[in-house]
Amino acid sequence: MISDKPFLLKRLFAVSFLLILILIATMLLGISIGSTGNELKTIFQLLSGERAVDPMREAIILKIRFPRVILAALVGATLSLGGLVFQVLLRNPLAEPYILGISGGSAVGAIIGILMGLSRFPGVGFTAFAGSVATLLLIVLMSSGQSILKKDSLLLSGVMINAFCSAIIMFLISMTQDARLHNIIFWLMGDLSMSDIRQVVILAATLLPCFLLLFLLSHSMNLLLMGQEMAQTMGVNIKLVTMTLLVVTSFMVSATVSHCGLLGFVGLVIPHGFRLVLGPDNRVLVPSCVLGGGAYMILCDLLARTLPEHGEIPVGVITAMIGAPIFIFLLKRSRQ
Amino acid sequence: MAVDIKNISYYYGDNPVLKNLSFSVREGDFFIIIGPNGSGKTTLMNAVSGILNCQDGRVEIFGRSIQNYNRKDLAKIIAFVPQMFPDDFPFSVTEMVLMGRSPHLGIFGLEKEEDIKLAKQAMHFTEVKHLAYRKLNQLSGGERQRVFIAKAICQKPQVILLDEPTASLDLAHQVKIMDLMDRLKQEKGITIIMVSHDLNLAAMYGDRLLLLNRGQAVSLGLPQEVLTLHRLEATYGCRLLVDESPLGKFPRITLVPQKHVVASARDQGSGRTEKK
Repeated sequence: MISDKPFLLKRLFAVSFLLILILIATMLLGISIGSTGNELKTIFQLLSGERAVDPMREAIILKIRFPRVILAALVGATLSLGGLVFQVLLRNPLAEPYILGISGGSAVGAIIGILMGLSRFPGVGFTAFAGSVATLLLIVLMSSGQSILKKDSLLLSGVMINAFCSAIIMFLISMTQDARLHNIIFWLMGDLSMSDIRQVVILAATLLPCFLLLFLLSHSMNLLLMGQEMAQTMGVNIKLVTMTLLVVTSFMVSATVSHCGLLGFVGLVIPHGFRLVLGPDNRVLVPSCVLGGGAYMILCDLLARTLPEHGEIPVGVITAMIGAPIFIFLLKRSRQ
Repeated sequence: MAVDIKNISYYYGDNPVLKNLSFSVREGDFFIIIGPNGSGKTTLMNAVSGILNCQDGRVEIFGRSIQNYNRKDLAKIIAFVPQMFPDDFPFSVTEMVLMGRSPHLGIFGLEKEEDIKLAKQAMHFTEVKHLAYRKLNQLSGGERQRVFIAKAICQKPQVILLDEPTASLDLAHQVKIMDLMDRLKQEKGITIIMVSHDLNLAAMYGDRLLLLNRGQAVSLGLPQEVLTLHRLEATYGCRLLVDESPLGKFPRITLVPQKHVVASARDQGSGRTEKK
């Protein structure tokens, strides 16, 4: 029968420990493999403080691969968490960040920023966040008052906003004729190559507190899954929790969208996959999505970098190519 | 008084759903709200559980206005078992019952040994302990309803609200749920407020009944006072037969089908519908 001992913490630690090991392993893999061959030895030399390291290899590892791997981990974690939160808010296990139009809105903002010639991080990041907040306000206005708490109207508003954003994106792209076009299209497909350590540090400093906040709210997210009304009678401040989840998630998503464009399917595959294995308790799923989503994105980026002989594929192409078949498989299995 | 409803009115837009309704529920009562579809039963339940605020009047819980409670304190007094639960995120039975502890826990909802003991007791009480590791979407309707009642018990409330808990259950499960609520009242002294469509169950189990029609109280009192032929026929707009149940001193309500009414009218004479 059931034991009397509380099982949550034990489960949380076991799952987190395993996923941290996996994350570290993928990070080592991501840093060591690249166009210069296998650099695992160089990494351990660097870690042990040995002096006799080739300065060029050291530069590649510290200045190029390390920030890129961290960026990939942050983006993967954010998109997975974003997917998880929207799945809870819409009570639809198959929801994704862009269903609410948040990704679309921040993409419009980001493209405007790129066209204005702003820099990737504070500049484009700001216009992207402005875009996502604008869509969020639009959603709130469209479903004003109480009805924002109803999942159907939220979903419908998102679909409409998304259609509108796609139209604006297509409009902006068709109006652009110079070299920036290539830039925008490559970015739209998802691109992790623009990573320098300073931007990555700023991004990490903005995202990590968001992860922590979502972790704290994970039990409220559990209660929200029983329905808004039920959650209310269980002592949850629905309006506050819903708005916090929406604002924090759109902030996180727009920060990553401005860096790496639109990366699809990560927010679907990771939370859905973990839910099938670990069950629906968000207190376990939130840390799992952060760690597992990070590891997943590092692997996808590794593939994007190493598959072609020269240059690289946009990582968004890889996430979609891996994600879609896995997703179909998971969907089929969950229906049996 | 456990619950005191004072002149509440509720409007959806301009449509009044509850009109100047007043009644009170004594502590330890099995109180059943009956009435036709659209009479405002569910809205009334939502008002008592604090899900919606009425535009007029006040709802008092143990002598204090419901608006003066903070959400968590209210959740420690009133537990709500709604008609429908979403099951697209399949929690296990244990996880669901443990969620009943959340008003008593911190924001992260970390359960302690004592909470798990309470959950086990609640699951034992509603006879779902053998289902502990099953997923909610693998259970039958009756089992699921007993899980939600266990969750409500685990919340350690003084009042449990139920919105049609026996709807769409077979006979065995109906009587099991009703017996369970009766035991909760007898053994734990919990006040039960239930919305029901089944007049016979209401007559058998209810200490007091409230008959609602178009947002107004038609009648309030003991089952034999409320469930009278003329009142029920006028409220529900159909032909009925009311006599005393062979089980004891409470009314038994029988539906009279249209063909039966026509047949007995043809026989003209008695005007009664009893034909043997």
